[in-house]
Amino acid sequence: MKINDKDKYKLQSRFGQYGGQYVPETLMNALIELEEEYIKAINDEKFKKDYLYYLKEYSGRPTSLYYAENLTKKLGGGKIYLKREDLNHTGAHKINNVVGQVLLARRMGKKRIIAETGAGQHGVATATICAMFGLKCEVFMGEEDVKRQALNVFKMELLGAKVIPVTSGTKTLKDATNEAIRDWVANVDETYYVIGSVVGPHPYPTMVRDFQRIIGDEAKVQILEKEGRLPDYLVACVGGGSNAMGLFYPFIEDKEVKIIGVEAAGEGVETEKHAASFTKGSLGIIHGMMTYLLQDDYGQILPAHSVSAGLDYPGIGPEHAYLHDTGRVQYVSVTDDEAIEAFQLLSQIEGIIPALESSHALAYVEKFAPTTRKEDIIIVNLSGRGDKDVEQVAEILGGRRHEK
Amino acid sequence: MKSKITTNFEKLKGENKKALIVYITAGDPTLEKTEELIYTMEEAGADIIELGIPYSDPLADGPVIQRAAQRALENNINIDDIFEMIRRVRKRTKIPMAFLLYYNSILRYGMDKFIMRCDETEMDGLIIADLPLEERKDFKDALKSHAIDLIPLVAPTSNERVKSIVEDASGFIYCVSSLGVTGMRSSFSENLGEFLESIAGYTSVPRAIGFGISSPEAIRELKDLAEGLIVGSAIIKKIEEGLEDGSSVEKVRKFVGELKDAISN
Repeated sequence: MKINDKDKYKLQSRFGQYGGQYVPETLMNALIELEEEYIKAINDEKFKKDYLYYLKEYSGRPTSLYYAENLTKKLGGGKIYLKREDLNHTGAHKINNVVGQVLLARRMGKKRIIAETGAGQHGVATATICAMFGLKCEVFMGEEDVKRQALNVFKMELLGAKVIPVTSGTKTLKDATNEAIRDWVANVDETYYVIGSVVGPHPYPTMVRDFQRIIGDEAKVQILEKEGRLPDYLVACVGGGSNAMGLFYPFIEDKEVKIIGVEAAGEGVETEKHAASFTKGSLGIIHGMMTYLLQDDYGQILPAHSVSAGLDYPGIGPEHAYLHDTGRVQYVSVTDDEAIEAFQLLSQIEGIIPALESSHALAYVEKFAPTTRKEDIIIVNLSGRGDKDVEQVAEILGGRRHEK
Repeated sequence: MKSKITTNFEKLKGENKKALIVYITAGDPTLEKTEELIYTMEEAGADIIELGIPYSDPLADGPVIQRAAQRALENNINIDDIFEMIRRVRKRTKIPMAFLLYYNSILRYGMDKFIMRCDETEMDGLIIADLPLEERKDFKDALKSHAIDLIPLVAPTSNERVKSIVEDASGFIYCVSSLGVTGMRSSFSENLGEFLESIAGYTSVPRAIGFGISSPEAIRELKDLAEGLIVGSAIIKKIEEGLEDGSSVEKVRKFVGELKDAISN
């Protein structure tokens, strides 16, 4: 954490030129208050203790760093380790951040929690933690996603949350986020907005990264225990980019570790149906932050597309934009089809059904692992489990079989 | 150099009058109608016109203005088309006009090119919904030596920020009536007067109240609190109501006339 000399309750609001606070004036004092409370919280032993307590006892951390021996042999290159974020309670890394932010909301005395969700993973994680703490929870979800993810909608409702279908714009994650921000503007006094990724206005990208860095912190300890040295490669999928930031951040200063972020190329970056903010995006502002995003020549934000709802986002976290420009992280993309292949491969040879999001990272590993040396070490972030995607993949594959 | 917004406020002050500021979204339902609406609203008594640049992700706007933006974008309206329309408008009227827009529209178009086109079309002010104090420096610098006001927004939550926000403001101060996004409200906080007064403690630039003012009654209730009042969503509603039978312009003419009566008497 970097603290400006002149003010100990201020963090850097930008990563290079990216980030910032492009929000209506009504929210500015709320963001300033959030930043101050956040800094106080992370310097408070009790807060840290509580955060780690719930991650351990409630979510089941630390998650294992599993040597995927069959996948390694199959690909014939370096040793592949999977950071098993899928083993968290609620099935993905999202809960790390939610535990941190809801503890912060409690500290601030907020009684009402709102969140946005795309596929529903962040919504379910937020509803879960709110159920445990007895907080009122409302989740904004695009009407399209409500239809596509009926099971997660039911889960959130079962957990006592109210799911609010969003009918504006593209009716997906982008617009659910707009609507959550609008709600926050109207109810800023009593409401805490739990953003689900390393996106949004400062201090969210920094805060969410810090709550997710436990992934990389654990992985570092674990790989040193198992191999006695740092890995050669880290690979993670990137939508907004929180699982990737979580894994990457503790390794940023370890220059010998090569870091790769994998974007969703959808039906191909040469088509209009993709979510490749770096490959096809340009500088702009979305959800209060300056970053790379998909937009037309007049700055209208374009709909993103990916088979994976969690990567279906037209922007990317500002710290990723910075790491992209400095060259510290290399960003690549894989298509829907490649991700679906990887989804099946891992299920078949390791008995682990990965989330479609994580399958993007795995698909890239399938491509590049064969070019690495046998003594190389690769850590892949298995950010979530694929149970939520089984029905969708069955439909896609069933359709294909039918075509044949 | 003073903008036409400033000189207009000075003139109204001399006559002991308040400014009626009206908002429409450019291109809703078409750019031709927008042009017609500008003339009509001026004739009906509007003192200043705010023109929204339609945006895909208007996170400070409520459902009414969101729909207006969507209708405009369905016609594939872009900023170049809007400047062309204003060029035509300027042959007929010099009424003070300000854009209400989101910063990404300017950023993507190019800051300097955007300012140049505002100069060319004699636009007088800019209200940028998502460019708070902390982020406005670059743009403010680029605006220097242009007679274009960067009109700041002040919210009921601004508290100790008010002073820095209004410090070097020109044109007017956009005073957000209450929490929330744009759209009609049935009542206003009792603290609104106090809020407006506190702003006057830091600046002599005129204050205009916006967000939620939807009727002649609301105008009468609030007009003594500020130098100007802004009506947006309620006008868009009139446009919507006239979409089917093509009576939008006439409905807006009548409504703005009623607002003018309320603010004058």
